[in-house]
Amino acid sequence: MSLKILAVDDSRTIRDMLKLALAQAGFAPEVAEDGVHGLEVLEEMAQDGTPPDAIITDINMPRMDGFGFIDAVRAKSAHSAVPILVLSTESAAELKARARASGATGWIVKPFDPVKLVKAINMVAGKGAA
Amino acid sequence: MPETDPMAEIRASFFIECEELLESLQDGLTAMDDGDTDSETINVCFRAVHSIKGGAGAFGLEELVRFAHRFETVMDEIRNGRLDPTRDTIALFFRGADILYDIVRASRDGETLDTTTTEAVLGDLEALVGGVIEEEVEEEIDFAPMTLSLDPLGDDDGESSDAADDSPPGFAISFHPNAELFASGNEPRHLLAALQDLGEMTTTCDLSKLPALENLHPEEGAIGWHIELTTPAREEEVAEVFEFVDGLCELTIKARGNAAPGLPDLDSIVIPGTADDGDGPTPDPAPATAEDDEPDPEPEPVSAAPQPTPPKPAPTAGAGKDSKQAAAGPKATVRVDLDRIERLVNLVGELVINQAMLSQSVVEAGIPANSTVSSGLEEFLQLTRDIQESVMMIRAQPVKSLFQRMSRIVRESSSMVGKSVRFVTDGEATEIDKTVIERLADPLTHMVRNAVDHGLETTEGRLKAGKPSEGVVTLTAAHKSGRVVLEIKDDGGGINREVVRAKAEEKGLIPPGVPMQDQEIDNLLFLPGFSTAKEVSDLSGRGVGMDVVRSSIQALGGRVTITSEPGVGTTFSISLPLTLAVLDGMVVEAGGEILVVPLGSISETLTLQAADMEQLGAGTKLVRIREEFVPILDMAVQLGFRPALESYEGSSVLLITMEDNTRSALVVDRIVEQRQVVIKGLQESYGRIPGIAAATILGNGRIALILDPADLIASAGSSRSLQTFDLAG
Repeated sequence: MSLKILAVDDSRTIRDMLKLALAQAGFAPEVAEDGVHGLEVLEEMAQDGTPPDAIITDINMPRMDGFGFIDAVRAKSAHSAVPILVLSTESAAELKARARASGATGWIVKPFDPVKLVKAINMVAGKGAA
Repeated sequence: MPETDPMAEIRASFFIECEELLESLQDGLTAMDDGDTDSETINVCFRAVHSIKGGAGAFGLEELVRFAHRFETVMDEIRNGRLDPTRDTIALFFRGADILYDIVRASRDGETLDTTTTEAVLGDLEALVGGVIEEEVEEEIDFAPMTLSLDPLGDDDGESSDAADDSPPGFAISFHPNAELFASGNEPRHLLAALQDLGEMTTTCDLSKLPALENLHPEEGAIGWHIELTTPAREEEVAEVFEFVDGLCELTIKARGNAAPGLPDLDSIVIPGTADDGDGPTPDPAPATAEDDEPDPEPEPVSAAPQPTPPKPAPTAGAGKDSKQAAAGPKATVRVDLDRIERLVNLVGELVINQAMLSQSVVEAGIPANSTVSSGLEEFLQLTRDIQESVMMIRAQPVKSLFQRMSRIVRESSSMVGKSVRFVTDGEATEIDKTVIERLADPLTHMVRNAVDHGLETTEGRLKAGKPSEGVVTLTAAHKSGRVVLEIKDDGGGINREVVRAKAEEKGLIPPGVPMQDQEIDNLLFLPGFSTAKEVSDLSGRGVGMDVVRSSIQALGGRVTITSEPGVGTTFSISLPLTLAVLDGMVVEAGGEILVVPLGSISETLTLQAADMEQLGAGTKLVRIREEFVPILDMAVQLGFRPALESYEGSSVLLITMEDNTRSALVVDRIVEQRQVVIKGLQESYGRIPGIAAATILGNGRIALILDPADLIASAGSSRSLQTFDLAG
């Protein structure tokens, strides 16, 4: 069974690329457009009995940014342990501290690289049976 | 690599997204310029640039990343409240947005941009924050701290780190998670698995910290591991596995045997995960298009609009500030190939023609009007019209993108001529057929430039006239009785009619001393070869005159008119059909041929009476219409269908009003009916034919030419309209 990944990013381009890269790597991707939408999709996935095995989120987003989103996910007991990767253009030293403070599991710095992404997911979510 | 194909598609949609982002950036900046410095407005601007940068990075568009990054950094200062959004600052941001637009275009088209202006604008932007912004360096690696956490248990000795021994290359790793490691969602099991990928591994569990069962908290790290890893990997690759848990565990990594050397220099480290392919982390996004047949199961409203602009609310004036709406997520849209829409438009055209044929057959069959067939046909007619309108709406697009381009033209031309200009727009949400919008860009550009260059007075001139030093150019769009009306208005000095007149006389465009009304003088601006500029300035000396503007608008089935008031300003109005596909026309017969005249150009129809006609010279006949003599033109003669008639008494006449308000009486043999026709272009097959705009298919299946009356009349003799002045004056 392939890992289910929820990817949250306000850029359609990045969402498309995430979807493509994740699907090509054998994951089952779902995407959302911002933090608020991300929480909605997360709930839908949970209700369908297919909660994500890992979440990838951008930081700069309208309505609810990445930090707010991570806080909200961690606040739900059902998802308090789901690995969350931050995908951001922010420089790492500063990002690491902020991401970690908000409960992120790991981080990937843009530019977006599929190899790096898949590796990072395997690192935090383990390898699916795929 | 088959995956390059979907990448090419994503790349294409990235540039569409860029257009949308640039639009919301423009909106945001305009809102800021109007005094709305709400943090969300600023955020929208910031995010627009930021998202462009993010996507550009993914495609390795370095020039775009570089500019966006530095631009974004300056914007961030406003976001953080360290920089005030003054008008000057915002003006600079507008320039930054312009350059960003250029770089996006150049990146898309694979062109190289002259960096002179780019650098100049960047220089100005960066001066705001006092210095050059460092380009983003990949500085994300700082593994250094790891070596600090010395684990007393870690020294599993036997293989000492200094040994240049014969044992296979590898590492002795000691890893002991803290409680926080689990809290952050990390899982040691996965880390160990990732480590295993690097080579041969033996793991020993370290239970020395395991408390008694009653004290055990499952979420606290109680277990550690000693790992012997035999691998050709370098130390940083091993360290990379623990990147995310750096600081959340006790970790030592010791090289053993002929392990690959560690980091020589922190600065030269490669991005994690790409260590083995040193250059560009991006998959080649280049060639070919292909189907993206990846299923798209998610329930969210995916927005993949095919048009540069997402559909905005109804075609009404006064769009106002919708930057915040944009932030709330676009409406659901479907991505459709333009070809498919064209096909649909054509099919609907066929339907309209078919319906006309059917109506005609019903009439010819003598079926009474109150029969069920007739009333059914009536409904069919209504439905056809509704379908047609809906289909046309698919191609309709708000004029907003066009207006934003014009705002740039104003910025550029005003700075070029050293005038301070405020650009005001209204009705940006007004929708017009996409093709019309595209073809409006050039004429509008010229008119907006004219408004700034010729329309507005110099700053001194304005102050002298008691006006504010800042000139105002207004661009509006609105729907008026089935057409779109665009207005370009300036609050300048108005047309100097004496100068215009003198110029026209000097150039021999009009005979000296002809009495002329104000509006007639204004219309001289549209004559070929006319220019009021005393000298050819940078702006106006582009070889494009108002005559070209007028003819390109006429080619769209539109009209241009001028109104001007001395000291108050000048307004150019462009009236356009909503679509280029259908036309309300008058079906007429001339010389035995059926022709269609666009209804918009006909001001009235009448029957000629002998008493109203006058002969002027040899060939010119005139008709008196309410105290004005109008030249008569025989359509059949003009089109070469037959020679002139002896007498025109009792002939039907279409009174054509030209854009310059001069009129001509077009004689036809018979007026058949008034109806909507579907336009079929002839240009592709036959090129441009003077006097003929297009063709259509009539109800009986016959092809009829659609006339361009203005063109027909102009080719019959451009001086003719002036003859009416002689008599009317």
